[in-house]
Amino acid sequence: MQTTTHRDHPVIYLDNNATTKVDPAVIEAILPYLGEYYGNPSSMHTFGGQVGKALKAAREQVALLFGAEASEVIFTSCGTEGNNTAIRAALAAQPDRRHIITTQVEHACVLNLCKQLEKQGYTVTYLSVDAQGLIDPMELEAAITGNTALVTTMYANNETGVVFPIEQIGAIAKEYGATFHVDAVQVAGKLPLDMKHSTVDLMTISGHKLHAPKGIGALYVRRGFRFRPLLIGGHQERGRRAGTENVPGIIGMGKAAEIANFELKYLGREARLRDRLEQGLLNRIENCQVNGHPTKRLPNTTNIGFKFIEGEAILFSLNQYGICASSGSACTSGSLEPSHVLQAMGLPYTILHGSIRFSLSRFTTEAEVDRVVEVMPGIVDRLRAMSPFNSDEADWLQGRQEAVLTH
Amino acid sequence: MWDYTEKVLDLFYNPKNQGAIAQSDDPEIAVVYGEVGSIACGDALRLHLKIEVVTDQILDASFQTFGCTSAIASSSALTELVKGLTLDQALNITNREIADYLGGLPEAKMHCSVMGQEALEAAIYKYRGIEVAAHEDDEGALVCACFGISENRIRRVVIENNLTTPEEITHYVKAGGGCGSCLVNLEDIIAAVQTERDAMSAKLEAELATAQERTNRPLTTVQKIELIQQVLTEEVRPILLADGGDVELYDVDGDRVLVTLKGACGSCESSTATLKGAIESRLQERVLPSLIVEAI
Repeated sequence: MQTTTHRDHPVIYLDNNATTKVDPAVIEAILPYLGEYYGNPSSMHTFGGQVGKALKAAREQVALLFGAEASEVIFTSCGTEGNNTAIRAALAAQPDRRHIITTQVEHACVLNLCKQLEKQGYTVTYLSVDAQGLIDPMELEAAITGNTALVTTMYANNETGVVFPIEQIGAIAKEYGATFHVDAVQVAGKLPLDMKHSTVDLMTISGHKLHAPKGIGALYVRRGFRFRPLLIGGHQERGRRAGTENVPGIIGMGKAAEIANFELKYLGREARLRDRLEQGLLNRIENCQVNGHPTKRLPNTTNIGFKFIEGEAILFSLNQYGICASSGSACTSGSLEPSHVLQAMGLPYTILHGSIRFSLSRFTTEAEVDRVVEVMPGIVDRLRAMSPFNSDEADWLQGRQEAVLTH
Repeated sequence: MWDYTEKVLDLFYNPKNQGAIAQSDDPEIAVVYGEVGSIACGDALRLHLKIEVVTDQILDASFQTFGCTSAIASSSALTELVKGLTLDQALNITNREIADYLGGLPEAKMHCSVMGQEALEAAIYKYRGIEVAAHEDDEGALVCACFGISENRIRRVVIENNLTTPEEITHYVKAGGGCGSCLVNLEDIIAAVQTERDAMSAKLEAELATAQERTNRPLTTVQKIELIQQVLTEEVRPILLADGGDVELYDVDGDRVLVTLKGACGSCESSTATLKGAIESRLQERVLPSLIVEAI
């Protein structure tokens, strides 16, 4: 980590879909449970029991965030564990059914698990998305059968912020008796959740996306769902997730959920700042576009494609100003393949490689947004001056693109 | 975050020799450029050289790069390295030297230095009038991230050279020689090629056997053409099509088989010989040992 590159700049953190700042109030709530309250909540003494009481309160806060009952909440270690647990549980609940429906734009922890399940004999349908990142419920209707055990989809996409119509999807899943799991990791704290009036059976959320620390997540399991655990062991979490509780994490997630519930009514402010950023960039910089549906979108996310330049180079340039964002370009992913989400949307390679995601939080200020709008045109100009491509008509680029598309 | 050296970051933030070089009216001076790159990988480099014709010396070098931090730094490093060298000296520069100049690159970013070396080669070959085969086969899904090698390119080298181990692939196209995490993918590709080949041979052998059985006499011209057509369609074309090429039977004149090479094969000078050889030996083996293939 090159911390030196922004030693003269305060950090401007616009990468909140990757992770978020732990709220100072959350840290304050956690600290006693890292210190004096170290008891095991399962113990038969007051010292441990008082920790158990704190966990109960935290569970109730998280249940409120879900719009659910406390008994419907299982604490996990992260979003990945939640999604793995939910998918396995759904398949175990209806072992005779051998078909799964998901989408092409899921997080790796869903996609890669589905790919593994294919090797174990399951058939998986990966629903496509259109150029704006939305799925077509008609495609789901066409794919779903009485053999479908599970429909698993994200609520909102982490890269574009595009929001799926989950109740519409859930209604179709219910019609065929399939379990409906929703990965709401990007949504918790950004849109209100109401599991009491929902078709969702299982829903995953993660603490560190809503200003709790890393290493804690939660899974909503609808009452009455025949749930089989992934981790087998003790009686913790009513036998549905064995292992001594991550007490500081759960306390932190409880506090974070409490604050998120309160903050939900102020999300308009975040959306206004996001729009200010987006409009500022689009007005000042030529040859760029927003990726994803303009309105069916999380209030905090914008994904912008800057043509003719590469995303990682943009990120390292932003880093000089202490600005943190992320990119769907090949060079920023571990796999050196451009974003599967933007690829699924059928975007051209010039957009794929030059895509930058800015994701805001309630801590984002107008001054920070304005600073990005101020420095970004210079960064783009500098890199475009270096690039051999400068217009869509560049024949070399066109030729290359066709060569790729024909494969 | 990539762990770049200070040198990489310095050349990215303050690149040297960026831009094109203006054409010169002086007959003693030549200005050329070489291009390399792949949209699939997300980087492309155009290297410009100013060459003194009499001495073969590189007087100036500059770059235009579409790519990430290390691609831009590698391009800039390359221009610094080649200035003042003769073309022959420059051809000896390896990607390792470019990486060393930068104080090293992350393993997964070594392909940026390979790209520099390839652009240099392209520019010099272009100046010397040597046509370099267009690397259409570089497109497609990346298998080896360290060296930016696509599945198509690996499949092609496996098919053309009958490779059977990942180590052999590494020797041929470098794939698998970096972090080694794609070695299992290389095994999968070899297995897939082998399966396709076995399925194809079994099917053809059965059909050829019945054809042979039907007549104990030598093949008639019609039978010969039919068999040649069948081998081309079922065995040769699928391999060529995978690489964006194609072949069509034009005529059969005695033992002379006249074919038209199309698509990438048609324009790809270096592969013509191999392809001709591959098609010929296949037809000799499958149809008649005396056949000679000629591309028209």
